[in-house]
Amino acid sequence: MTHSAAAGNGIGTAGVAVSARGLQVIRGKIPVLRGLDFEIPSGRITGLLGPSGSGKTTLMRAIVGVQVVSAGTVQVLGLAAGDPALRHRVGYVTQSASIYPDLSVEANVRYFGAMHKKKKADVAEAIAAVGLDQLARRKAADLSGGQLSRVSLACALVAHPRLLVVDEPTVGLDPVLRAELWERFRAMADSGTTLLVSSHVMEEASHCGTLLLLREGELLAQLTPAELSLRGRSQDLEKAFLAIIRESEQRVDALDGKVL
Amino acid sequence: MDAAMLMATARRVLEQLRHDHRSVGLILVVPALLLTAVYFLYENETLLPGQPRTFDRVGLMMLVIFPFVVMFLVTSITMLRERTTGTLERLLTTPVHKADLLFGYGLAFSIMAALQSLVATAVAYWIFGLAIKGSPGYVVLIAVLNAVLGVALGLLCSAFARTEFQAVQFMPVVVVPQILLCGLFVARDRMNEVLEAISNVLPLTFSVDALQEIAGNEAATERLWQDAGIMAAIVLGVLVLAAMTLRRRSA
Repeated sequence: MTHSAAAGNGIGTAGVAVSARGLQVIRGKIPVLRGLDFEIPSGRITGLLGPSGSGKTTLMRAIVGVQVVSAGTVQVLGLAAGDPALRHRVGYVTQSASIYPDLSVEANVRYFGAMHKKKKADVAEAIAAVGLDQLARRKAADLSGGQLSRVSLACALVAHPRLLVVDEPTVGLDPVLRAELWERFRAMADSGTTLLVSSHVMEEASHCGTLLLLREGELLAQLTPAELSLRGRSQDLEKAFLAIIRESEQRVDALDGKVL
Repeated sequence: MDAAMLMATARRVLEQLRHDHRSVGLILVVPALLLTAVYFLYENETLLPGQPRTFDRVGLMMLVIFPFVVMFLVTSITMLRERTTGTLERLLTTPVHKADLLFGYGLAFSIMAALQSLVATAVAYWIFGLAIKGSPGYVVLIAVLNAVLGVALGLLCSAFARTEFQAVQFMPVVVVPQILLCGLFVARDRMNEVLEAISNVLPLTFSVDALQEIAGNEAATERLWQDAGIMAAIVLGVLVLAAMTLRRRSA
């Protein structure tokens, strides 16, 4: 496989954590991802941005290896996505908290930690990392929505993954918690973890090293936040994103005009 | 297979149950109460000399039917929840082996089943004087095997249900025919050929046969072990089928 060789070399040198070639997902005859090509640099935060329904979650599932892929390849840390050896190295936090509501915070984290042979200290560390150490013995069902999603995050952090894929982590969080979470992600990236974080709120893009802009299953652009505001001719990333969407629509219209 | 992950799963399932006092109460107390009802139902029957009480036959069979039905329901609902809340998908992205999950479930619920049948068997044996020649310990053993059968079938059926409502509907399909044909209502050799043939391959039939061996013989017979062996093989087969319904990748 030429791809795996390329990706394998990439990790040693340029530092590519994920690379996709012609990634296509068709669900019930409807194309959800239409042939994506991209690379995600390792040890950085990559933002996956786009309106809801643009295919963000499907793309994340394909990288984690739980999505049936119609065509193309995804390489993660030098292996095909979903490879058994990756189960120790890739963490996935779904949008809605996938935890056991009838267990305490600690029991939840302890259980998912046990799947990675993690000890008590790792469990306590993961709970502290999401700021829930005071609530560790509380039943998850008694917590607020924002706290629940932090429990879910702790269940992934406990494994110390090299690649952490997080789907819309800031939904339902107040501004203070949101800022803390991004700080947390930055600290993880600084210590070498690769993060892929999705959001439909464009203002969060500024926290990311690189951005993947997704729309209707197609990759509009891969760029840095600075490049985004430059290309979209606005300091406001939301406006810049809209400008890029309009630009791409005009391009499609122009192409259609030529064909006609 | 990894013993630590299996034990962690069993511990987690039991911990979930422990927080649910009402369910634990229902699991432990209801069989004993229903057994009491059956006892008083036949309290005034007139028996010819030497004829066994109906309670000795029906009560004995109920001791193994309860754990089967209860564990089937509990397991299929718990597993369905695990599928719908996303915890199952999350688990399958971790290094856990499918067998660790399924056997962890099996272990946790068979501990519950053992407790349940200890209570029910003690009530039947000591309070209502259930007359069996063999040891009541063997009755508990067969009851636990039945519970594990319920767990295995529940795990399998939960794969075919999308809602908890559908999961409950599997009970009439999977459980009731076995109760009807196991020999509780009509002795199996008096059934017509078609029904007897069906009865011959249903797992519950083997446990009722095993119970009759325990009731009629002081020591464990070869046939008792044969029945128990067949039950165990069926349980294993159903668990393997259930493992095949757990997919790490989905559309």
